[in-house]
Amino acid sequence: MRAKRSKTKSLPGFGITFGFTLFYLALIVLIPMAALFWKSLSMDFKEFLATLANPRVQASFRLTFGASLVAAVVNLIFGAIAAWSLTRYQFPGKGLLNALVDLPFAMPTAVSGIALMTIFSPTGLLGSWLFPLGIKTSISPLGVVIALVFIGFPFVVRTLQPAIEDLDREAEMAAASLGASRWQTFYRVTVPSLLPAAVTGFTLAFARALGEYGSVVFIAGNLPMKTEIASLLIISRIDENDIAGASAVAMVLLVLTLVILLLIQGVQWLANRRTGRETG
Amino acid sequence: MNQPAITKNKSKSPATATAKSVAMSVSDPTWVRWLLIGTTIGFMALLLLLPLGVIFWEALRRGAKVYVAALTERNALNAIKMTLLAAIIAVPLNTLFGLAAAWATTKYQYRGKSLLISLIDLPFAVSPIIAGLMYVLVFGLQGWLGPFLNSYGIQVIFAVPGVVLATLFVTFPFVARELIPLMQEQGSEEEWAAISLGASGWQTFWRVTLPNIKWGVLYGVLLCNARAMGEFGAVSVVSSNIRGRTNTIPLQIDALYNEYNTAAAFALASILAFLGVVTLCAKSLLEYRIESSRRRVNHSKEAETES
Repeated sequence: MRAKRSKTKSLPGFGITFGFTLFYLALIVLIPMAALFWKSLSMDFKEFLATLANPRVQASFRLTFGASLVAAVVNLIFGAIAAWSLTRYQFPGKGLLNALVDLPFAMPTAVSGIALMTIFSPTGLLGSWLFPLGIKTSISPLGVVIALVFIGFPFVVRTLQPAIEDLDREAEMAAASLGASRWQTFYRVTVPSLLPAAVTGFTLAFARALGEYGSVVFIAGNLPMKTEIASLLIISRIDENDIAGASAVAMVLLVLTLVILLLIQGVQWLANRRTGRETG
Repeated sequence: MNQPAITKNKSKSPATATAKSVAMSVSDPTWVRWLLIGTTIGFMALLLLLPLGVIFWEALRRGAKVYVAALTERNALNAIKMTLLAAIIAVPLNTLFGLAAAWATTKYQYRGKSLLISLIDLPFAVSPIIAGLMYVLVFGLQGWLGPFLNSYGIQVIFAVPGVVLATLFVTFPFVARELIPLMQEQGSEEEWAAISLGASGWQTFWRVTLPNIKWGVLYGVLLCNARAMGEFGAVSVVSSNIRGRTNTIPLQIDALYNEYNTAAAFALASILAFLGVVTLCAKSLLEYRIESSRRRVNHSKEAETES
């Protein structure tokens, strides 16, 4: 629209804002990040692999990925139900619940961590009910899952809500007027159009869970080989002054998270292209 | 507090009258409705409301005296000071960055812009523990700059600068990420008008751009501050275990909890939880503001194109 003018002349301030942006980005983010890549790449490759083959490292990765996956699935189910209820229905207290969704974002992780541990410990409000039933809700992998469900919940709800709002109700009505039952309309029309958002929310929750630390460490109990997550293992390695070992574990975790996040950008791009929307 | 309706000027179905019976079959049966609402309320009450309640209950159940004593203890006061210091440095710097980055990425066209925006978002993808480790690799004694700085007597890791840097990293994208889409949507028509009327760059920014984005800035600052005061993982990597020197509130909570001093741990936690609740309320209010001002801008644009 203004293409002609912006070709000949542009708004003032490009030099200073662009320069400061790049300088600050490099200083705070890029240089420290380069330090991690440098450290991992300067390791002998055999040494790098040996660090990762360590049984304690392997156990921590299994726990971190397993618990993150389970938590993301739980969040997908309950997050979808919550997003649907909060968008489509009217009920008392809805506004309050809707604001409450973001609580895990607003609450410092250490605070959430000690609260969850207090509730789910053997003497806690819920733990004292569940432990006698043989359900170990703390100092166990289940405890890790509980904390990760807490932290991932808003990701699923907040990605699904706008998608449900944008749902083409006319398509639903068209399906219904052509004689489709409510259930058929739901899984033939509604579910497919919510799928990209659901995948995105699921993946964001999963990626967040992989790197989560504060809310997990209290309830997990941090027993090496049993309930020690990868982030905690990195801290232990730093404390042991094994910086190379810490970097190797961190590098794997970081690269995997970045790959996952790149994949969902791809999913979003494909979804946008299919619905003919402009990419932002 | 209600979620503002974000229905995007979708024209109503022309067949409203006949659509009534169809609409019936598009809405969910009552039992489904109540099952889903019940599940939502139950799940959120157990997962979110209960932990929030537990924090205040555990903080206050031993009485006001214990509560006040826990908050006015020397290490607690030092932790509060340290947290305020980190936030006072990190929030303005990242706000300044957010404004500059939003201007540089929304007012001009150039190659690599989307890459730049992705890089700005990068700290969100990095686990806080890994962020802490990165700074150890740069400023630690075995790191790139550590030995050099140490020879001048400057200590970054296990000292105050490390805590501030870690806080800067984890709160880096908050303001920028809020402003970039907002300013993208608003375009630069108004800025062009101001410039062509003879305003300088600064005047344009202060009088035209800033009033348009003020709620967005406030929103970003709010989230940035909440995270700055609550960060735990990144800060715990770069701070020393010497208490009172570099302990922020979350680190102090951790230390107290591990010493089985739950009363004091929850007393400090209740301050941060209160901050969290205030943040949530302010956030809901601001979202409403941003949405209504966005609608106003869009509306006036539409009016312009129509006339």
